[in-house]
Amino acid sequence: MQITTPNFKENASRALADAPLQKALKNVEIGFIAKRLAAADALPEFEALRDNARDIKNHTLAHLDLYLEEYEKKVIASGGHVHFAETAEDARTIILDICRKRNAKTVTKGKSMITEEIELNDFFEKNGITPVETDLGEYIIQLRGETPSHIIAPAVHLNKDQVEADFRRVHTHLPPDRDLSQHEALLNEARQVLRQRYFEADVGITGANFLIAETGSSVIVTNEGNGDLTQTLGKCHVVVASLEKLVPTLNDCSQILRLLARSATGQDMSVYTTFSTGPKRTEDPDGPEEYHVVLLDNGRTSMLGTEFQEMLRCIRCGACMNHCPVYHAVGGHAYGAVYPGPMGAVLTPSLSGIEIGGQLPNASTFCGRCESVCPMRIPLPKMMRHWREREFEKHLQPTAARYGLKFWAFFAKRPKLYRAAVSLAMPVLSALGGSKRRIHSLPLAGGWTKHREMPAPEGKTFLQAWAEKQAQEAGR
Amino acid sequence: MSARDTILAGVRRSLGVSSDDAARRAAVAQRLSEARPGLIPARGQLPLEERISLFSKYAQKYGATIARVDAITGLPGEVSRYLMSHNLPASIRMGDDPLLKGAGFENETVLTVLHGASDGTDLAGVSHARGAVAESGTLVLASGPDNPVTINFLPEHHIVAVRAEDVGGSLEEAFAGIVATYGKGMMPRTVNFVTGPSRSGDIEQKIIMGAHGPRALHIVIIG
Repeated sequence: MQITTPNFKENASRALADAPLQKALKNVEIGFIAKRLAAADALPEFEALRDNARDIKNHTLAHLDLYLEEYEKKVIASGGHVHFAETAEDARTIILDICRKRNAKTVTKGKSMITEEIELNDFFEKNGITPVETDLGEYIIQLRGETPSHIIAPAVHLNKDQVEADFRRVHTHLPPDRDLSQHEALLNEARQVLRQRYFEADVGITGANFLIAETGSSVIVTNEGNGDLTQTLGKCHVVVASLEKLVPTLNDCSQILRLLARSATGQDMSVYTTFSTGPKRTEDPDGPEEYHVVLLDNGRTSMLGTEFQEMLRCIRCGACMNHCPVYHAVGGHAYGAVYPGPMGAVLTPSLSGIEIGGQLPNASTFCGRCESVCPMRIPLPKMMRHWREREFEKHLQPTAARYGLKFWAFFAKRPKLYRAAVSLAMPVLSALGGSKRRIHSLPLAGGWTKHREMPAPEGKTFLQAWAEKQAQEAGR
Repeated sequence: MSARDTILAGVRRSLGVSSDDAARRAAVAQRLSEARPGLIPARGQLPLEERISLFSKYAQKYGATIARVDAITGLPGEVSRYLMSHNLPASIRMGDDPLLKGAGFENETVLTVLHGASDGTDLAGVSHARGAVAESGTLVLASGPDNPVTINFLPEHHIVAVRAEDVGGSLEEAFAGIVATYGKGMMPRTVNFVTGPSRSGDIEQKIIMGAHGPRALHIVIIG
């Protein structure tokens, strides 16, 4: 995809002015937060499982080279093939090679963020292979030529009427007067159209939520069943996964599975959790004849041993973006990268470089909700701060921001001067607030007040109020 | 150097470790051979009848329907009843699983039974789940010569028989059962954990049943 991260501010302004987007984004807050909370509350062991999940991934990452070796052995023993890819380009070449050997014309795909990361669909089309996204959300955005705006709900930025318009535009073989006014009708139409494609596909590509070293299995977690049809009906199953998807054992996987669906959609388990090991066995009546795993690095090994290693615990549940006030306000596309939201703000500079992704760690209020809901206890705000430090060190911020910070630092280092300045500014701001106690515009802070009002300060500064409280208590 | 070796060397360099560190290798070997279960929630450790009712509760929460018959010979009648009550043709697709074979479908003369993998034209399929997970209302289905995976996904209605004594408490129990059948570190080609019928919330977060897989899941507990 075209990375537009350096234009985050412009993207965000556009998103805030986009009425259909703003309407659709309301569904994120309504759809996800309460469900996750109810599911977590209903399992008393939830917090202890988060600790275990963190420890499992920390152990795996600390021994990643050895678990990769063990996993590879097991895949080969079960009749599968393992391909290592250092870069996105390497992964694309490997996958194309597998498809060419099977003379593939059509490839079905289960939902996979890794194939978004390596921009597989564009590459397939340039090479004469038709990729068919089968997850409903992915199918919709493929019809629109868009990228996912959310890692588990790719079309969350759209409203029903937009989907209806796309289906009418593309499914021209169906009667034009059909009724598509209900969600059910849209789903049924996609189901019918895609059903045939599974049977036509030469190769089925899925991602993986987990890779299991103990058995050489890949695991996908879905609600629709599209990933399963993709990998069962395609004659060749290709799994594309990044290195950090490894866990040691089935029992380790169980610990994390208890967190994944609850954190993502508030389900106790997703509808389908499927373990695939090798190709179909000789006597099996169905299943793929070939099984390949493409293991992608693409910058991850260089995150190991750094302050960003903990990011590799991420299981892509989407809870951080579901709870992020910035994501709620601007949606996923404004981030301009493959991975949006808080996890994307940490991962994008790691994968694409700080020169490109450096804006994103600033797209945070540091409210800490992302860390508080992260099932893997990834300290996302701390890592965003690390990126901000690096950005400052590299002089990548706009001049105004650097001068602004220096100006503030000058006062912050001189408490008396700071207090004097603040006690001068306070009454002015207070007066600007008028009877409604809201400030609609401020000199030099137009960017701040353009989309929201600033509450006017009430009476005293914190330090003044604190001093009075102390004096009162001393006098008691 | 191959991509594989470059990546493994890169991992070791970043971690500051060497490939011949015996202590690290021992730690990994031990972890894999012990494969110890972690924390199992209290609700995943109930006695049999409570397990079955918890399993039923969660399976229904996620949209499955439940019936219970005394013995496997009650299955064909239950299948016929289900099909009739849903106005479906008296025809099912089924693998040659020994449990299902012993059910006596041949005595249920009104019912047409098609064998083997599904080609996508079947309205109803019948499977045998090797186990179930009470803590989340999940069925455990394993592929094999007599258990086609396509039956789990292509028919509109999926009817699944599970023996009462195979309803386990937790995910860990389900895996222990698989290890007991296939051996440590071994898996059948496909293991499907199924919790309710297929669904999607991809349009405006509204959950609609029957996305790509079965629109309905009917569980028959045997015994």
